[in-house]
Amino acid sequence: MAVTGVFMSAVADTHAQDHHHGPAKGFSRWLLTTNHKDIGTMYLIFSFAMFLLGGTMAMVIRAELFQPGLQIVQPEFFNQMTTMHGLIMVFGAVMPAFVGLANWMLPLMIGAPDMALPRMNNWSFWLLPCAFLILVSTLFMEGGAPNFGWTFYAPLSTTYGPPSTTFFIFAVHIMGISSIMGAINVIATILNLRAPGMTLMKMPLFVWTWLITAFLLIAVMPVLAGVVTMMLMDINFGTSFFDASGGGDPVLFQHVFWFFGHPEVYIMILPAFGAVSHIIPAFSRKPLFGYASMVYAVGAIALLSFVVWAHHMFTVGIPIVGQLFFMYATMLIAVPTGVKVFNWVATMFRGSLTFEAPMLFAVAFVILFTIGGFSGLMLAIAPADFQYHDTYFVVAHFHYVLVPGAIFGIFASAYFWLPKWTGHMYDETLAKTHFWLSFIGMNLAFFPMHFLGLAGMPRRIPDYALQFADFNMVSSVGAFMFGATQLLFLLIVVKCIKGGKEAPAKPWDGAEGLEWTVPSPAPYHTFATPPEVK
Amino acid sequence: MTDQQVNNSGAPRGNARVVGWCLAGVVGMFAFGFAMVPLYDVFCEITGINGKTGGRYESTEVAEADMTRTVKVQFLASNGPGMTWKFRPVVRSVEVHPGEPTTVNFYAENPTTEAMVGQAVPSLAPSEGTLYFHKTECFCFNQQPLEAGESTEMPLIFIVDKDLPEHITKLTLSYTLYDQGKQPAVTQTSRKDTTTNDNG
Amino acid sequence: MRVHAKRAVALAAGLLSPAVVVADWTMNMTPGVTGTSNQIFSLHMTILWICVAIGVVVFGVMFWSIFAHRKSQGAKPANFHENTVVEILWTIIPFAILVAMAIPATATLVEMYDTTESEVDIKITGYQWRWQYEFINEDFGYFSSLSTPRDQIENRQAKGENYLLEVDNPLVIPVGKKVRFLLTANDVIHSWWVPEFGVKKDAIPGFINETWTRVDEPGIYRGQCTELCGKDHGFMPVVVEAVPEEEYNAWVAEKKEAAERERELTQKDWTMAELMERGEKAYQTACAACHQADGSGAPPAFPALKGSKIALEDMAAHIDIVVNGKAGTAMQAFGNQLSEVDLAAVITYERNAWGNNTGEMVTPKEIFDYKNQQ
Repeated sequence: MAVTGVFMSAVADTHAQDHHHGPAKGFSRWLLTTNHKDIGTMYLIFSFAMFLLGGTMAMVIRAELFQPGLQIVQPEFFNQMTTMHGLIMVFGAVMPAFVGLANWMLPLMIGAPDMALPRMNNWSFWLLPCAFLILVSTLFMEGGAPNFGWTFYAPLSTTYGPPSTTFFIFAVHIMGISSIMGAINVIATILNLRAPGMTLMKMPLFVWTWLITAFLLIAVMPVLAGVVTMMLMDINFGTSFFDASGGGDPVLFQHVFWFFGHPEVYIMILPAFGAVSHIIPAFSRKPLFGYASMVYAVGAIALLSFVVWAHHMFTVGIPIVGQLFFMYATMLIAVPTGVKVFNWVATMFRGSLTFEAPMLFAVAFVILFTIGGFSGLMLAIAPADFQYHDTYFVVAHFHYVLVPGAIFGIFASAYFWLPKWTGHMYDETLAKTHFWLSFIGMNLAFFPMHFLGLAGMPRRIPDYALQFADFNMVSSVGAFMFGATQLLFLLIVVKCIKGGKEAPAKPWDGAEGLEWTVPSPAPYHTFATPPEVK
Repeated sequence: MTDQQVNNSGAPRGNARVVGWCLAGVVGMFAFGFAMVPLYDVFCEITGINGKTGGRYESTEVAEADMTRTVKVQFLASNGPGMTWKFRPVVRSVEVHPGEPTTVNFYAENPTTEAMVGQAVPSLAPSEGTLYFHKTECFCFNQQPLEAGESTEMPLIFIVDKDLPEHITKLTLSYTLYDQGKQPAVTQTSRKDTTTNDNG
Repeated sequence: MRVHAKRAVALAAGLLSPAVVVADWTMNMTPGVTGTSNQIFSLHMTILWICVAIGVVVFGVMFWSIFAHRKSQGAKPANFHENTVVEILWTIIPFAILVAMAIPATATLVEMYDTTESEVDIKITGYQWRWQYEFINEDFGYFSSLSTPRDQIENRQAKGENYLLEVDNPLVIPVGKKVRFLLTANDVIHSWWVPEFGVKKDAIPGFINETWTRVDEPGIYRGQCTELCGKDHGFMPVVVEAVPEEEYNAWVAEKKEAAERERELTQKDWTMAELMERGEKAYQTACAACHQADGSGAPPAFPALKGSKIALEDMAAHIDIVVNGKAGTAMQAFGNQLSEVDLAAVITYERNAWGNNTGEMVTPKEIFDYKNQQ
């Protein structure tokens, strides 16, 4: 059976490679590697490249929105930019970054030699450049790239979509397969390969959050696959899932999409919760406050995430009973999320704090993600949502939870673990600069969007009425600043890979965990013998 | 390596089990995604939530009309994209007693030079009223062919259920008429109109 | 070169001036002009203040720690890492706050969903990329499209005050009355939003949605489409004029009449014979007094029509003189006195009677369009 063959060769591979001295050389190393560190590295590089690409599209958007009037692009192309920016950031930057962190750190944290299914791990990665090649190539096809928003509502995306829509669907399928395989790998690794003595309630938080994230992925990525398949059928095979003329319903699309879409946003944040739960204790020199609560809170958030999807649909005309249910359930999610925030603050309280780059990003995460959570709570109030829905208030909300949320979480993790990956300390001054410029740029870019939304500016428009001009200009300046600063991050990482102060096994004196017991840089093969966990 | 095999001896079998369960989950959720389609339809039929008024109503009892109240039923007619027929209700609204069968007509005319086939899709507001609106005969049950220049009056026979909640005094029934014949021309042109890479 | 320089200056001025003149740093939602919008505003402010309060407490503790618990200031780390009581408290208290918030929210939502007892019903259809308003009890409807000139959008002209928020035919509704909106769409999903009403509802093709409003203050209110609907999603604004009841009734009557006329004109296919018959009657009533029953007139004061240039040649000039009259002569502007049907009939008659025989006819619709173009 093919499946057992994968594991057999996983064991055999490790055996075979033990007899080599280090990894293979050249391009085939990267193409054929089954090593979790190599694969983690590839995911991280890929995700950063996608981050810069998606970021460039954001620069085009903000350049057009710098002033009222159409100066730079036509509305049709603007819609392609907003769509592709969203798709690339969600599926190409954030998700692969977290998978990259998972690949690097999960085996190290649980004392395993590698992921459970190393060959599948390789496939999971290499599917991604294929998928994104297809997706990005749609920009050059006749009719242009997808232009219906990353949420691709029907019938705009079905009956009225450009010819490239079919390629978009194909790319989504491939990305989905990659994510699903990755999730299976994570679950198998965490459930089966923990070092003896590491019970579930002794697992580090990053492992817990990834375990739960992986279950979410298994549950909802297939639903995404289902909805794009239905789209494909409506476009090409004459079905009417979402077409009223054939007895279908455009609102059905929204239900199925958001059933995927809401857990998806938790998929994009839970690993960050986990990472921050390592970093704050490390730089507070104090254990994480309320470990058990933190685990239960993540579980509660994950479970609740399945029953709140229609808060994205408050203006669609669902009956009042539905509105009320989804309003209550959504408000409820604030409770476990709040518990986590309180626990992080309690971890810092009466600690012994230092503020290296990982801690700066982690602290900013807590503050700014919480602000994003506040606007989320406001959005949950269904009657008020009638004024916020599809305005820049929503754009502000999700950028606060995704940029200082997911992205800062990833930056914090990168700085935290770069010494382990490369064996060198990164340049702390440059890193702090990266932090402060990112922090200022991000807030300048997105805080004014709250005001714009409240003042009445809708989303996804390339031009706007004059009363929105001032905040749009500020926002664009902030965005340009934030975007440019990420090139500094690239510099910092490259510099760190090439050299820098030698890093000890545990460069952060407050850090805990098995990953800090192996040398820096981590050897190609680690934990060939499982460690003992007390 | 042997240590690892001893300590994790369950791993290959354990992995197979986990992968098996995960794959079952994946397949199950994919099926669930598709199952959502009929589930949604059933849910909507039972609750009337999306305003679709459903199929032919077979009344099980001879209902007496409730003469103590009247309900205003309004009629709206729209054309689907690219549909060129004239389509309008013959009367804008009627006042009916719940339980009393009422007949109204909709006028449709094909002013083009080709034979066409149309089908109307109904939608009712408020959606709470959907369960209480019964059509015993409706032109929307069938496709409607019209020759070039032909026009017709199409009947709708309905009963408003006596159990219609007291607070609902107005129902609005809207039909959208779609071209069932050729592929709508709108698809080709609108794709070109809305999506170009010309920047200026 | 001079021309280009002037254009460059105008462009620069155009680009810079709006930002200076219409400087707007509005930070909050407006309470609006309806009961619903005011209730939403209260809910919004309440939840905002609750969030601010929680934020002040949580961030306060954090900033205190950042300040007072630094290693560089000699802080030593404490060892506590769990406390069940505290966990329970900070689960229950937020939960209670949320329940308290949910109660007024539920009440407002119930009211927003109550579309019963409406006095005016308007069907709103979203098209790519404009709105159609139909007053279903009054038998008339019209399209409402963006009226901002392309030149302003493309920065060739300074932008007007209501840039992108102005239309050719706004929706008119009465103040103080419950107006029910029935929403649908012709093609893709659109969404109709007027912030000052607190009304937003998606317009879904093939389905009908309901919402309502009761506006307390007369005024002009502007909103936009709020669901991505294709390339001109940002260019299909909503403009509503809320006017006192008498004004509304007068407007409706005028619109109904115009619609009736339009229907009369466009739905009927007038034949030459019908126009000639009607034209002869109209001519006798309105024209024969001066131009004589046989078209010979009484020159020079009253020109002959039989065999005349005006009736045999330039049609546009013929229509113009009948509709607009001729200044400085006794020829009045009959455009205000005769219906479009009669105007068309009389001109047709004049072009074909008394041996004129041009074979040309003018339809009432053409007169209607001609008058509207002026």
